[in-house]
Amino acid sequence: MQANAKGAQLAIVHAVNGSAIEVEDLRKSYGDHEAVRGVSFAVERGEVFGLLGPNGAGKTTTVEILEGYRKRSGGRVSVLGLDPERRDRTLRERVGIVLQSSGIYPRATVREAVEHFSAMYPHPRDPAETIAVVGLEEKRDAYARDLSGGQLRRLDLALALVGDPELIFLDEPTTGFDPAARRTAWGAITALKELGKTIVLTTHYLDEAQSLADRVAIIKDGVFVAEGSPGELAPSRFRYTVSYQRNGDRVEHVTDDPTTLLHELTGDALARGERLEGLHVGRPTLEDVYFELTAEDAE
Amino acid sequence: MSSAVLAWRQFRFERRMFWRNPSAAFFNFALPLLFLVLIASAFGADRKELNVLVPGLAGLAVMATTFTALAFNLTFLREQGILKRIYGTPMPTGSYFTGVIGNAVANAVVQVALVVVIGHVAYHVSWPRDWGALILFTLLGVTCFGALGVAFSHAIPNFDAAPAYTNAVFLPAIFISGVFYDANNLPAVLSGIAEALPLKHVIDGLSGGLVTGQGVSHHLTALGVILAWTAVGLFFAIAKFRWE
Repeated sequence: MQANAKGAQLAIVHAVNGSAIEVEDLRKSYGDHEAVRGVSFAVERGEVFGLLGPNGAGKTTTVEILEGYRKRSGGRVSVLGLDPERRDRTLRERVGIVLQSSGIYPRATVREAVEHFSAMYPHPRDPAETIAVVGLEEKRDAYARDLSGGQLRRLDLALALVGDPELIFLDEPTTGFDPAARRTAWGAITALKELGKTIVLTTHYLDEAQSLADRVAIIKDGVFVAEGSPGELAPSRFRYTVSYQRNGDRVEHVTDDPTTLLHELTGDALARGERLEGLHVGRPTLEDVYFELTAEDAE
Repeated sequence: MSSAVLAWRQFRFERRMFWRNPSAAFFNFALPLLFLVLIASAFGADRKELNVLVPGLAGLAVMATTFTALAFNLTFLREQGILKRIYGTPMPTGSYFTGVIGNAVANAVVQVALVVVIGHVAYHVSWPRDWGALILFTLLGVTCFGALGVAFSHAIPNFDAAPAYTNAVFLPAIFISGVFYDANNLPAVLSGIAEALPLKHVIDGLSGGLVTGQGVSHHLTALGVILAWTAVGLFFAIAKFRWE
């Protein structure tokens, strides 16, 4: 009894001070196939963590283990100080999940659905306010089955937010959105971050990870092939392109040290009394990193 | 909120959703009553036939509202990803299924009551002779077919296949189990199959409560068969359960 109480106390201390998510050597096999092969990472409180990777890379498997949907084959996982596999109700009360695709009762109105879900949580947000946050006020009396794809996605978000979670999982939250709807969703996610929420985001859209995530991990064949902030990830491993016009032709240099190269190029040009027409320095984008890392080996 | 309050909220939510779905409302409510009116009128049923038909349709109603409806609904909830969404919330599993299954049970109880009342008012079938037996066999039937419906939903690959799968069981079952005529007049092979399945025994028990006044003590075999199927249903309903 005493040991239990002490254990619970330790868990609480850990939950308050520790990272939101800690994963050590996570493994998951389906039969002979090892979908996740020893992944380790931590997500700090208040951080937006982006998980990128092609289909079948182990992205959704990893996230679904963190969400408590799947049992891991090996490794250690802690979500808000608890083991998600045990599916404690207290953990689920603190976590909001937007799955890639999940249904809702087709004949429930937006308001009914959000109110129904709010009752499951101990300290929910106001349902009407939550509906307003995702921009569904005008549709609050519409049946779920009469909503468009984008509106359903926003209802997904409302249902994940109505419990006022500390940690939010967003699995491809803007897939199928038009550009304007994506901007709105990005705004909503940024607003959540400003409220101090921890967010784990999986996405196919590299610009989405680049604009929203504090830190990004790229997963391929069940292992992380890169991890870091979108800004630092790119330059540390990849090359800048420097290009300019010369005698009507485009000349392009690739370098990992653009400062020196530019100094030489501009020095030579000045010495010859020429100008470097159309000078352009291309910073590697997350997209370049992504495609280089996830490309199948050509050899 | 406590698990009991959440179960009650889920039940009320399911009731509201049920009444908004016209085809579910039709199959659960109108169909057994339609059978009663049509058959009783078409054959100008005499007392003896009505005494078979009323308990038979009460049994059909129990099976339709629990077995068929739950196999359908769970396949739908699973395929739509609604179960998966619920699994990610703090909603206790027991509360959720109390609400979903409670909805089916409510339909069964209302339906049996309607068959009994209409049988009495429109066709002058007497009031139930043994209320205890009627209530007991209604509850046993509901539990048995509810468990079998949940278990059967695990065998249905997708929602498009649900009508074929459920009717492949439901229609033969109602034809050989004495819903429309006395099952004792069937060829031996068919009556043998009916004896092994639960519906005939539920109908026998209901008949005891509604018509003959034979209490539970006359239906110990029926009780045993129903309980055995309930155990099988519960085992597969729980052991094979899939959230997605």
